[in-house]
Amino acid sequence: MPSFALLGQSVLSGVFVGALYGLLGLGLTLSWGLLRQINLGHFALVFLGAYLTFQLTAAAGMDPLLTLAVVAPAFFVFGMALHGLLARFSVTPLNTLLVTFGFMVMIESLIQWIWTADFRRMETHYGDVRWKIGGLFVPLPELLTLLIAVALALGVWAVLRYSDLGKAMRAAAEDAPVAAAFGVNEKVLALLLSGMCAAFAAVAGTCLALSHTLAPGQIYAWIGVVFAVVMMGGLGNPLGPLLAGLVVGVSEALTQALTAPAWAPLVSFTLLIAILLFRPGRFE
Amino acid sequence: MKPLALFAAAGAVLAAVPFLGLPAFYESFLYLVFHWVVLATSWNLLSGYSGYFSFGHAAFFGAGVYSTAVLAGKLGWPFLWTLPVAAAVPALLGVALGAVVFRVHALRGELFALITLALMFVFATIALNTPIDGGPGVFLGAVAVPSIAPSPSGSFYLIALVLALGTIGIAYAVFHSRFGTGLFAIHDDEDVAEVMGVPTYRYKLAALALSCGLAGLAGGIHGVFVSYVTVGETFSGWMALNVILMAALGGTRHWLGPAVGAAAVTLMTFAFTTSEYAVAGRAAVGLVFIVVILFMPQGLLGRFAHRKVLPKGEAVAPLASPAGKGGEPILVVRDVSKSFRGVQALAGVDLEVRRGEILGLVGPNGSGKSTLINVISGHYRSDAGSLLFEGRELSREPPHRIARGGIARTYQIPRPFPRLTVLENVALPPMFGQVVMDRRDAEKEAWRWLEFTHLEGKAHRLPDDLNLHQRKFLELARALASRPRLLFLDEVLSGLTPAEMDEAIRLVRAIREQGATIVFVEHVMRAVMELADRVVVLTYGRTIAQGMPREVMRDPQVIGAYLGTAHA
Repeated sequence: MPSFALLGQSVLSGVFVGALYGLLGLGLTLSWGLLRQINLGHFALVFLGAYLTFQLTAAAGMDPLLTLAVVAPAFFVFGMALHGLLARFSVTPLNTLLVTFGFMVMIESLIQWIWTADFRRMETHYGDVRWKIGGLFVPLPELLTLLIAVALALGVWAVLRYSDLGKAMRAAAEDAPVAAAFGVNEKVLALLLSGMCAAFAAVAGTCLALSHTLAPGQIYAWIGVVFAVVMMGGLGNPLGPLLAGLVVGVSEALTQALTAPAWAPLVSFTLLIAILLFRPGRFE
Repeated sequence: MKPLALFAAAGAVLAAVPFLGLPAFYESFLYLVFHWVVLATSWNLLSGYSGYFSFGHAAFFGAGVYSTAVLAGKLGWPFLWTLPVAAAVPALLGVALGAVVFRVHALRGELFALITLALMFVFATIALNTPIDGGPGVFLGAVAVPSIAPSPSGSFYLIALVLALGTIGIAYAVFHSRFGTGLFAIHDDEDVAEVMGVPTYRYKLAALALSCGLAGLAGGIHGVFVSYVTVGETFSGWMALNVILMAALGGTRHWLGPAVGAAAVTLMTFAFTTSEYAVAGRAAVGLVFIVVILFMPQGLLGRFAHRKVLPKGEAVAPLASPAGKGGEPILVVRDVSKSFRGVQALAGVDLEVRRGEILGLVGPNGSGKSTLINVISGHYRSDAGSLLFEGRELSREPPHRIARGGIARTYQIPRPFPRLTVLENVALPPMFGQVVMDRRDAEKEAWRWLEFTHLEGKAHRLPDDLNLHQRKFLELARALASRPRLLFLDEVLSGLTPAEMDEAIRLVRAIREQGATIVFVEHVMRAVMELADRVVVLTYGRTIAQGMPREVMRDPQVIGAYLGTAHA
């Protein structure tokens, strides 16, 4: 039986990984649940954001978090353009998967062309900061990721639930023609939402650059787990990916600590299958 | 049999390739094309045809890979002997998965995709942590491959060719069969398909087993082809995604679509990424995807996705309805109740339907008329009571068995299968009715009912092209085509113009002349008075009156139910 400190450290690292799952899943769940677009390009955008953060920090000497002031608005525009294209051709949900796959491959090629296929690691003063709290090590980059993930998820949840804008977005997602009949400009809302999702990809990218080594091939490594987390959390629910991500992250980390590391995925996915079989109503 | 001849010719030409003395590279490249053709086509058998999207095709592919890896690599079985196992293991795993998942009604769409994706991770973890793989991978380089061609790559080429042609042949056969029609109906509207007689559970299970078995077979061959298998390479979400992309690019609603997509993607990837501009090549692949899907949303073969139109031919002789005596009860409903979370929709309904009659079922909105039809047709299961149809208890039967017993229904809001043509819609019930017909006979039968409802001019159109009155008549034709002995019509007249209504009334009479017993729910009182031999009135889920139309309509209880009682 591992020591208490080791277990505590495992749970903590699971929470940090889970926060990143949640952050990556946020934009995906919103576009899937509210716009019926399964956006594979999101993964590539996250990595493009991470590389841009890396570049701006390394070359221009910017603070990694400040780079978002440049990257997020640019991504927002890209997200709106993507939605404009998908809406112009009224692409079906299945086909959005294919079209955005195309974008994913193109962005990956772009990354590889500019930054090569080698691993890149961002060196910042954030990486040196870590605290020891009650026997547990808390690195600053991971803590920032957790805080940002929680703040964004709660913020989006509050906006969707309480603001007029959010209510209009949910109404438009449920029944666009009826929402339009009640004066909701659902086309503009969808553009805004798509832009927002892409901006969230920029945020996730910055967090990824802070704590992870980057390589273009890594884009695909995230798809399986993040997709599972998004679907587990309930499509369109901004808190869902974060909560599901934390469950998956912690259960993986605990399995790693208690048994062989390689058994880790079994727990989270068996859990997922069990929930699906016995509580399917929870997902509707 | 023109397609068969074409098929045999293509096979013969392709089979000659290894004997031409080409460099091994070409054989290996074509092997990869066949490999992806099998994977994409097998995925499409379940996911494209029935609409149950699997994200976990790699799980079953991997089960095949490791079946062969363990048997040939670790236990020393001859390669070819392992292949039946490589097909059987994933097929059984698929059946086990389906037997659980297909019973849970809510596990459709994204949730089915999710559970298959999760299953892939579970399989991968098990393989990684048990002697199946154990971590280091399995080396299969020492496995002997039967030398059926001058070179080893040629042998793999031939084995994969046989499997690819076989898979395409299966896809073709399923596409044109009753089975395929049933799967397409499940894709469009599973509940209606079941009510029309399609055994949806068994069909989904069969499609899943077939799909998994073929993927496993491809896996068993591929493991030995690559000669070294690892968990990470085998169980990859990337592979599952690739297969979906290939199928969608080629067209999921065409039997050859996934094969075309697989060949196109494999060729494209090779052509663009092996040159010195590999990175630009990959970007070009991405761009091609975007452009093709935007401008050809149904895939490359999408525009050809409609099945061959069979010659119209002579209508088959009418099926003789069993000439029961008029007047005896054909359906006896006793004390049937049904509630939805506290709303008591049916509270002990009693009624009798007599053979050969037209029974009007009336009552105010929310009185339980449609629920009663839904319970009798098996769409909902009753909470209590008995439903005896010709002496047989229906209340625990699945809907498709009820349909086969000779009961048909229409939906108040027409629910045609949107992606099947009008003719295919009407030809579906006879394929799954009391007398099972093949597609050719069923279509002949369908033509008869299209003429009967004056829809023959629209036979090859999609239901979306019809107006409301035509859609209602399509509902009617579809219900009639199964030659039911008992027919439920749920508000077929509402929303029709007076002229259309006259035509509909004439049709209903003609249906009865052919020997069917009819129960119709209607709010249009003129039609009730003209058509019904007897009337049953429901209020709050109970029968409050039955008898001749004129008498029942004068019943104070009935007047009260419709207009309210005076509280003076």
